[in-house]
Amino acid sequence: MRILIKNGHLVDAKTGRNGIFDILVRNGKIADIGNDFEDTNCDLVDASGLYVIPGLVDAHCHLRDPGFEYKEDIESGTRSAAKGGFTSIACMPNTNPAADSEALIKYIINKARSDGFVNVYPIGTITKGQKGEELAEIGELKFAGAVAISDDGKPVKSSSLMKKALQYASMFDITVISHCEDVDLADEGVMNEGYQSTIMGLKGIPAAAEETMVARDLILAEYTKVPVHIAHVSTAVSVELIRNAKKRGVKVTCETCPHYFSLTEEACADFNTLAKVNPPLRTDADVEAIKEGLKDDTIDIIATDHAPHHKDEKNVEFAIAANGMVGFETALPLAVTHLVRPGILSMDRLVQKMCVNPSEILSISKGVLDVGRTADITIIDLDEEAIIEIDKFSSKSKNSPFNGHRLFGTVNYTIVDGKIVVREKVLL
Amino acid sequence: MNLKSKDLLGLKDISAEEIDYILETAKTMKYIITSNNKRTPHLQGKSIITLFYENSTRTRLSFELASKYMSASAANISASDSSVLKGETLIDTGRTIDRMGTDVIIIRHPMSGAPQLLAKHVKASVINAGDGMHEHPTQALLDMFTIKEKKGGIKGLKIAIIGDVYHSRVARSNIWGMQKLGAEVCVAGPATLLPPGIEKTGARVFSTVQEALIDADVVMGLRIQLERQKKGLFPTVREYSRFFGLDDKRLLFAKENALVIHPGPVNRGVELSSTVIDSDRSAIDEQVTNGVAVRMALLYLLTRRSGNENLN
Repeated sequence: MRILIKNGHLVDAKTGRNGIFDILVRNGKIADIGNDFEDTNCDLVDASGLYVIPGLVDAHCHLRDPGFEYKEDIESGTRSAAKGGFTSIACMPNTNPAADSEALIKYIINKARSDGFVNVYPIGTITKGQKGEELAEIGELKFAGAVAISDDGKPVKSSSLMKKALQYASMFDITVISHCEDVDLADEGVMNEGYQSTIMGLKGIPAAAEETMVARDLILAEYTKVPVHIAHVSTAVSVELIRNAKKRGVKVTCETCPHYFSLTEEACADFNTLAKVNPPLRTDADVEAIKEGLKDDTIDIIATDHAPHHKDEKNVEFAIAANGMVGFETALPLAVTHLVRPGILSMDRLVQKMCVNPSEILSISKGVLDVGRTADITIIDLDEEAIIEIDKFSSKSKNSPFNGHRLFGTVNYTIVDGKIVVREKVLL
Repeated sequence: MNLKSKDLLGLKDISAEEIDYILETAKTMKYIITSNNKRTPHLQGKSIITLFYENSTRTRLSFELASKYMSASAANISASDSSVLKGETLIDTGRTIDRMGTDVIIIRHPMSGAPQLLAKHVKASVINAGDGMHEHPTQALLDMFTIKEKKGGIKGLKIAIIGDVYHSRVARSNIWGMQKLGAEVCVAGPATLLPPGIEKTGARVFSTVQEALIDADVVMGLRIQLERQKKGLFPTVREYSRFFGLDDKRLLFAKENALVIHPGPVNRGVELSSTVIDSDRSAIDEQVTNGVAVRMALLYLLTRRSGNENLN
């Protein structure tokens, strides 16, 4: 089975290729990259006017499997990922039961192998049952195939335990991803603390709830000399803290999500539960700081935090509505519209943050489009505008505040392991 | 004139003209309450339900009497005896009530935004009788009615709201409503009980009661929930009343004829001294009567609106 991708604008941050190339895919691998390839006996993809980039890599998503299959499962989640141009995704362990054991990690890997449309890399927990009390069997998680550990959804509240987690994880060279939230400061908050929470009479989550924990984890990473990866950065002060730590040489990486550079707390107006997410949507100043952090490489990764929820979990009072939004199918258009087209990130830098960096932080051999590599390829149209329609999502869940938004950037082809999964914007 | 919306969910999104119209209509209703025959046909043939997810005595009774004085069929549902305890969602409960031919649902709920959610899913008019820390529009309407009655108008008055603004839906509704009618609103309270960004509503914020009270025409004390102390929001009731309690001495900063109001129930000796509560300047008892009048006016205007759609 051969695929010939003709005349696309190839952008590969790792090799530095940035121009019009033809790409030949054979037996699941990239066989050749060059110009004026002729091959009649193959599946021809005309990529004229389109960008050809390494398949997108998501370092942070929720597939809800096992335990919450009514929201999403590995099949529907990976279909949604492919639709959004992602070819490799790392799923968080807050399933039921939590992915805190070798058995659960193997379940996810095996199910992804049989049902999955893209490559799935499970993330294990830091603590048993994500309870924040005792370390999980981190060594076993790693050898079962976990690419990182995180108690995502909950912070590791005890500073002492977090220090031990970093030290212990360093033995196995496994990335520790921290969900930074001081739960005492966040208290019963349900949205960003500020004018909007005040006029809606909703309890607020101060920016400080995130920032104090970011500061703590930076200090612990510096002290233990073990790298830490900060999940879903949402505030200006968090960006500044991480920027300073990087300057000091602290081994820290971090991610933000599309909603933190494209929406503010005002999206929650009129008690719009679709905009309820944790960390919460912040202010204009925070959005600007996130963009600045992406621009100056303080922020390494754009991750989706794809968080599917059933409509019954959103169609309730704001205070009890579930946190999170589906992310795979809007991530690329949001990045193109808010970062690439306004000139904040070049295509090369976008590839760095959505392909190369997540692969390197998770130590997986993805994110590069070069001869000899597995053919994970995404082909996108930067200039095409489309209206986001939640009813057309491939995810089981439709909880997106972006419904009806007109965005630039479409995913025209997704190729996984040399197989075309999305062709002319249609999931096969 | 008709009210623009089928519902009254808050005063933030209602016009000054509509507020004036409700208050003007309430004047007529007050005659009825103070007359010998408290029965009018305004709501004859209408069905009104109070759906209360929070304990309440005065607001619920006030709505119930308002309905009955105007000949409506009225019934009550409490969270304690409803299917809420069986896990029914607000939307499902609302739809059930709606399908029984209800014209108005009056809801009180501990979560902000619950009336908005309900209103989107029912044909009936929804009146917010207090939702979380969000709004309590009928309380603010009765406060404004009382001020108008006592002061002859609201425009140009300086109104001081003192106490736990953070948790107060009464304060929020009044801040919107009073400013729409042209008053200057000043708030003061412990720093831990002032919500962030409240100054963006237009209200002026002061850190001491004295500053907020200077030359005030109206002083509103807010109820302090004693359990807030356990959450670390203020140290003791004693210290609260020492720095924020309203007594004769502190009221010297306000205008001599300043009116004192309170949404009730009052913690005597905490927010207000007993002397102040029982003095001539206090309109606290009057507020209760006016509450029924304002609710009668609102029920009448909302049901008339739905019945007369073809005529206008």
